Amino acid sequence: MTTTTAELAVRTAGLRKRYGDIDAVAGIDLAIRTGEVFGLLGPNGAGKSTTVEILQGHRTRDAGDVEVLGSDPASTSRAWRAKVGIVWQDESAPAELTVRETVGHFARYYPRPRDPDEVIALVGLEEKAGSRIKALSGGQRRRLDVALGVIGGPELLLLDEPTTGFDPAARRQFWSLIRQLAAEGTTILLTTHYLEEAEALADRLAIIANGRIAAEGTPVDLRRAHSSEATVEWTEADGSPRTEHTQTPTRTVAELIGRFDGEIPGLRISRPTLEDVYLRLTGQESVR
Amino acid sequence: MTTTAVATRKTAEERLPRAWNLGLHQGALELRQFFRQREQVVFTFAFPIVFLFLFASIFSDDVQGAGITASQLYVPAMIAAGIMSTSFQSLGISIAIERDEKVLRRLRGTPMPPSVYFLGKIWLVLVTGGLETIALLIVGTVFYDVDLPGDAAGWLTFGWVFLLGLTGCALLGIAISSVPKSGRSATSVVVLPFLVLQFISGVYIAIDTLPEWMLNLGALFPLKWMCQGLRGVFLPESAKVLEVADSWEYGRIALVLGAWCIGGLLLCLGTFRWKNRRDS
Repeated sequence: MTTTTAELAVRTAGLRKRYGDIDAVAGIDLAIRTGEVFGLLGPNGAGKSTTVEILQGHRTRDAGDVEVLGSDPASTSRAWRAKVGIVWQDESAPAELTVRETVGHFARYYPRPRDPDEVIALVGLEEKAGSRIKALSGGQRRRLDVALGVIGGPELLLLDEPTTGFDPAARRQFWSLIRQLAAEGTTILLTTHYLEEAEALADRLAIIANGRIAAEGTPVDLRRAHSSEATVEWTEADGSPRTEHTQTPTRTVAELIGRFDGEIPGLRISRPTLEDVYLRLTGQESVR
Repeated sequence: MTTTAVATRKTAEERLPRAWNLGLHQGALELRQFFRQREQVVFTFAFPIVFLFLFASIFSDDVQGAGITASQLYVPAMIAAGIMSTSFQSLGISIAIERDEKVLRRLRGTPMPPSVYFLGKIWLVLVTGGLETIALLIVGTVFYDVDLPGDAAGWLTFGWVFLLGLTGCALLGIAISSVPKSGRSATSVVVLPFLVLQFISGVYIAIDTLPEWMLNLGALFPLKWMCQGLRGVFLPESAKVLEVADSWEYGRIALVLGAWCIGGLLLCLGTFRWKNRRDS
């Protein structure tokens, strides 16, 4: 890789954190480039949140080097916090204030905030701008969390499971929000246990299991690297279905063309989906 | 594009918002939140007024040789307790809850200077403590024959006792908010010591009837001295005979309350946590 440190928004090497006897994070190396959307994908308890909390500067680490926007998050300044937007997994906002009051007040903490009304519109809460927060639904509160995360116009946005509990429509709406922020040049690190979410949003992703990175790359790379074996299915002349697992599906098909005159009945060639790869890498294959 | 962004960010660092102005906004927001919780408002203000009414109505006889009634004695006592309840008790409980509900963690994730949070709480306590005191003074003067100070010196004394007492108690409240492990246990952790202090500082029970060791224990904390200072402001000179030293001891009051302001500040700086213990 030719990427220099200066182009990296986040860099960790040998990151470790133990809780009692459990290695929550057991040696994680990350290199997130400026401007990219990076997905940290893994099942619950894999170490995603701990990793992100260390990057935010809100959790101590036991070992390893960490650099976020050029600083160690364990000892940061107000100027650094102005450049990092955070959306936690479990948030709560002042129930008695309205959406506009809250977003407008948080804007005051930052040196170069975005326009509060524009941010409220960005997360789709215009109609709720005058409502007290206690009157919002769960999904609306989550969008408010995102609004508070981006109100300072961050260079880096850290999102911990932002869409947990969203219905499918709200999730799609949220995805377009993330794409818009990414298009504006914000570097985004997002954790999720939804594979389709990582695949839809992330330029690159790391699959994390038992505190370690099991695989890393673009969604296409991951699928290619971990799914060289294809499955060829067809129906024999006597009507019996056949399945063959092979590294060379083209050769199999060439043989079939020779055997069948014209069309091969029921021909189907498939590669494992990213989900198959994910489940295998995180040791959850048996659940299928 | 990238270079201009970096350049503008550099100048932005120098323009991080100033703490004092932000603190005013924070205070306005705290007050707005407080007054929108109607139940909380009613009970916070009603509590000392109801207690004043009960005690001053039950014990209303003349106090022998002091030229005052027991009812009059309860007015400054309840004002002191009201100041402590709006500062120590309400901050101790509300900050513990805010910490538990991750409100503090979220603030810590922004470039807000920590002093802004405390400034906001100070404004909240000043306004609510002031309103509580006014309400109790109205009840005291209208129903229980308490006279307001006749001269500027009296009001000046009242002013510094109020401010030093409120500040010391607010800082103690911020400090105690770090003790409870969760927001749920905060009320019990904060209310018990407050209740004990009220008994041994001459709020519910007149100081001349308390055992000496209790008086000595109470004298370590600000409430006893706030009560004493306010008695000096609102009771006639003849009531001095009830005091331990036969005098209002303003110098000592200023010394103890001032010491609590400084000590409380150091205690807060040393112990304040933005997260629950299990979250670090």
